[in-house]
Amino acid sequence: MHVPDAFLDAPTSIATGVVAAGAVALALRRARTELDDRTAPMAGLVAAFVFAAQMINFPVGAGTSGHLMGGALAAVLVGPWTAVLCLAVVLLVQGLFMADGGVTALGTNIVLIGVVTTAVGWLVFRGLRAVLPRRLGVVAPAAAVAALVSVPAAAVVFTALFAVGGTVPVENGDVLAAMVGWHVLIGIGEAVVTGLVVGAVVKVRPDLVHGARDLIAERTLEIRTTGTSA
Amino acid sequence: MSGGHAHLLHHHGHSPVHHAPAHLKLVALLAFVLLVVATPREWYAVFAGWAVLLVAVIAFARVPLRHLVPRMVIEVPFAVFAVLVPFIATGPRTEVLGVSVSEPGLVAAGALLIKGTLGVLASLTLAATTEPTEILVGLRRLRMPELLVQIMGFMVRYLEVVTGEMARMLTAMRSRGCQPRSPRHWPALARSLGALFIRSYERGERVHLAMVSRGYTGSLPDMSGIAAGAPDARHERP
Repeated sequence: MHVPDAFLDAPTSIATGVVAAGAVALALRRARTELDDRTAPMAGLVAAFVFAAQMINFPVGAGTSGHLMGGALAAVLVGPWTAVLCLAVVLLVQGLFMADGGVTALGTNIVLIGVVTTAVGWLVFRGLRAVLPRRLGVVAPAAAVAALVSVPAAAVVFTALFAVGGTVPVENGDVLAAMVGWHVLIGIGEAVVTGLVVGAVVKVRPDLVHGARDLIAERTLEIRTTGTSA
Repeated sequence: MSGGHAHLLHHHGHSPVHHAPAHLKLVALLAFVLLVVATPREWYAVFAGWAVLLVAVIAFARVPLRHLVPRMVIEVPFAVFAVLVPFIATGPRTEVLGVSVSEPGLVAAGALLIKGTLGVLASLTLAATTEPTEILVGLRRLRMPELLVQIMGFMVRYLEVVTGEMARMLTAMRSRGCQPRSPRHWPALARSLGALFIRSYERGERVHLAMVSRGYTGSLPDMSGIAAGAPDARHERP
């Protein structure tokens, strides 16, 4: 699902590269507020986790498969700024060490898979958390909906980039329909897996889930004694 | 499932291409692919020139083609799209083997395939001739922010640990009759991935504590001379 070389023309690729560099620079500053001096080792390990999770394919239908993008998942688990860094690093490693995704399309891929899915996923997640009751049980469903919205959102942004700098004479409307339709399907898979993974982590270690940290902070220590009270 | 293709791309060798500084190779790769992408789609002679140049570099690096060609499958989904383009593209129609296709679509698809293939082959050549640690050193010399280089370094270092851990989890699932790909077993898969996240996160915490106990203050020492597996003689090379 990574954009290869030559899909978008050179000026568009360079422009998205500039946008990606700006977003990563901002994330580098802000991530320190999420992870302090642990940023480098922690984000590196989370990036390795995202890479591993992306290796799992799920069938989408018609004999093809999609794989997790992980933007919304990473945003909920480690916070949006660290998530942008993790996904950017995953894409850099895939592009430079494994030829997955074009070198000139690195900026495009970081914008689409790193920035758009993370930003949309995090905003939807925060929005849902704001209107839903303040309970741990809503974290996983909110993460699932965030993932569901984030994938077609990336497809819409891709279509916009394609309309500006596409190298293939296909109707923009056709591209939009195909991309969004396809990515709603992938988004459903992404939503189910994201919701289940976040749910599993919330059950065992809710303190590790960045998107649930405020709920853990307001917990008070409850001391239960046996027998002695009246 | 494409299990653990983490470091398989590197092809050990001692050619001048292998020994060239990584930052120069990175700049050359980016410049080459940008030129390829910017080449007008009907300049087929120029594309042939690019291909000859690339094959010459590969031959000079003495990387066998059977090492590179199987790894080009990464391009397949994109090639499928390129094949579809002439059928869905706009513009005047033409006949090819009795099938009506769009003429500009055919040209665009051809250019897409040529450019994409050259890009993939060029990237594979870099990956085949450069150790991951050298790429990191090159990125640092190209002024990629230090924190990003560090994150990338930790990811590369622990990639095989984490993917290996996941592979063992999946093996354990399969040996108990689970099909990780099947949506029926997604809950089990998700619990495994959740456990993998917790283990990765906790490993990160342990790594950080181990580093702090060895005097880590937020920046890593320059590792350019002590890249994994590289001889220390590298210091003496001009």
